Amino acid sequence: MRPGLLDLDLLWVTGKGGVGKTTTAAALAEVAARHGRRTLVCEMDAKGALANAFDVGSLTFEPTQVSPGLQAMAMNTEDALREYLRLFVRIPFIGRIGPLAKTFDFVADAAPGVKEILSVGKLCYEVKERTYDLIVVDAEASGHIVSQIGAPKVIADLVQVGLVRDQTQWMLDILNDPARTGVAVVTTPEEMPVTETIELLGRLTTETGAHASAVVANRVLPVLFSRREQKIADRLEEALPILKKAAGPGTATVLEAARLTEQRRQSGAGHLDRLRAFLDAELDVDDAVPIFTIPELFSRASGPRVVSLVADALTDELDPDGYPNRGGDT
Amino acid sequence: MSELDNLLASREMILVAGSGGVGKTTISAALGIAAARRHKGKVLVLTIDPARRLASALGLDEVGNAPIRIDPKAFEADGVKLRGEVWVAMLDTKAGWDELIRRHAPDAGVRDAVLSNPLYQNITSRFAHSHEYLAMEKLHDLHATGEFDLVIVDTPPSRNALSILDAPGRMVEFFGSRLLRWLTVPYRSRLFTVASKPFYQVADRVLGSRFLQDIADFFILFQAMESGFVKRAREVEALLVDPRTAFIVVTTLETAPSYEARFLARSLVERQMSLGAIVANRVLPQELAGAKAAKSAAKLLDLADGDLASSIAEELGGVSVKQTATVLTQVAARFDDVALVAARESDRRSELATLSPAMLSVPWMSGDIHDVAGLALIAGYLRGAA
Repeated sequence: MRPGLLDLDLLWVTGKGGVGKTTTAAALAEVAARHGRRTLVCEMDAKGALANAFDVGSLTFEPTQVSPGLQAMAMNTEDALREYLRLFVRIPFIGRIGPLAKTFDFVADAAPGVKEILSVGKLCYEVKERTYDLIVVDAEASGHIVSQIGAPKVIADLVQVGLVRDQTQWMLDILNDPARTGVAVVTTPEEMPVTETIELLGRLTTETGAHASAVVANRVLPVLFSRREQKIADRLEEALPILKKAAGPGTATVLEAARLTEQRRQSGAGHLDRLRAFLDAELDVDDAVPIFTIPELFSRASGPRVVSLVADALTDELDPDGYPNRGGDT
Repeated sequence: MSELDNLLASREMILVAGSGGVGKTTISAALGIAAARRHKGKVLVLTIDPARRLASALGLDEVGNAPIRIDPKAFEADGVKLRGEVWVAMLDTKAGWDELIRRHAPDAGVRDAVLSNPLYQNITSRFAHSHEYLAMEKLHDLHATGEFDLVIVDTPPSRNALSILDAPGRMVEFFGSRLLRWLTVPYRSRLFTVASKPFYQVADRVLGSRFLQDIADFFILFQAMESGFVKRAREVEALLVDPRTAFIVVTTLETAPSYEARFLARSLVERQMSLGAIVANRVLPQELAGAKAAKSAAKLLDLADGDLASSIAEELGGVSVKQTATVLTQVAARFDDVALVAARESDRRSELATLSPAMLSVPWMSGDIHDVAGLALIAGYLRGAA
């Protein structure tokens, strides 16, 4: 039986750029916090999107309190390196690492897995220390997440001796345990995001030991009508002269808007069907990866308001139980 | 002649840039057709990642590294008249790195050692934006043959659309960097002691000396190919700023892609590269944002559950009045949402138009583009002819 998203220790949220990954990660963290989990949400690619989602200026390696039960941080390789050296190699450093960090950065860029292992290691460390009930990772867009989650395995395969090698096993134990680590892939009902989602899910299976927990479909247009009603909607043009007489010359455009929207909805539904078919084919029915749906919000708002609305929608989908509710619109 | 026709006539290379998912591949193919409609001569569309559908839409069994001409009959069948020839080739980035190594390795020994190094696969697939660099190399190759009058390059989708511009420069930087030399020095000099450099102390303990040795071995080998790579990288860089090269930025009018497009357009200007046009793809009809439509929607909402529903139901025949009222109400009530999206997109388009000499629009179309007729339709929109 698949654990609920909120019952994991470590939840990676990924997806193609532009699908609403950061907003979704922030919203998932908010739902967790509302339902009594001490939550940390961590931005991996330092672009400031997560800070915008919470309207907090900027995020650092040191966690910032965002709301009761919810903290946020931004991953930083240099800070992670410094902490790693302090904790595991027992080299105390005063001030900035300077040239060491620059050199390390260069080697890390070239040497596979080295940079990623610091970030992944930091997260796994926090899981081990049980500082939080849930860590939500606003991960880098699709392709990179495989490098990140797969880093310990890559390092284990390539690096023969050394501290890092010894470190990888306990990380792998956390990352490969579906009760502890999960991956949520965010997509929109469009061709390329769905195609990439399918590819990513495949790569997760073949290149890492991590498990997909859920797909979150964002910006889904709702079915507005029953089939009969839809037939009426499709035929409204036949009555255009009457409609125009009643409502004015702009009526044709109003009908066109409805038609366009329905076309987009259908096209989107088709792509989601393709995704569902893939998920059903891949796994046992008992263990099927669920698709949670967030409707198109048409919202004028940005930042915390949108995150809150998405959190409400996710609460309806996740239907979390157990802990008492800490607040929010539900 | 339209703005696009002028652009396509006056350049030898067009790079089509933009974020992923905006329709670059389709637009690139359509640009190829647009060029061949108006001008004689041979145009090549170099595509990075075509959906298999596009290949079959073009009447090709498969698109490979070697250019293939699209059968002129495929166009005639759809009533599309071309003056020139359209050729297509695909960049296979996997084979590309091996090809690069083979080309630049000074001898068979170095070549084989690099190709069989355990880190080769990992490093080349991850560093220096290899896909982008290979696209640039290929473009240089094709341009050098002089076989085509115009080469249109569909650039690889990347999170940072600028990386394609940086690719050659980074390649040069990498080979010339002090850090690379510093990294490889200890393993070249037997007299050098690891203990004397703090970095190596820590790195040795953390990563293990064998790993460092593997990395060093790889980079020493790589350095042997330095002069070849660097010379080529400089030639490619020169191509990007050449007056015969232009960029076309493709975007949709959603938030993220528009933002990327704006950034990209400005960067091109800063680097003195030529921005020929911006293409807004999947554009909603302008009227959606207009006052007339808004007014009608409001009126419709007002009247929806009154006599209007009955008259409409009667006109259509065989439908329930109640359901008709529901439909009218929904259609009217939901209109504002769509209008809002259209208005925002319209603002973004206006903003983008200030950044480029030409602003081209392609309307949103339901369904994907399956065939030559579809591509020709898009070509028509791009040329302003449709």
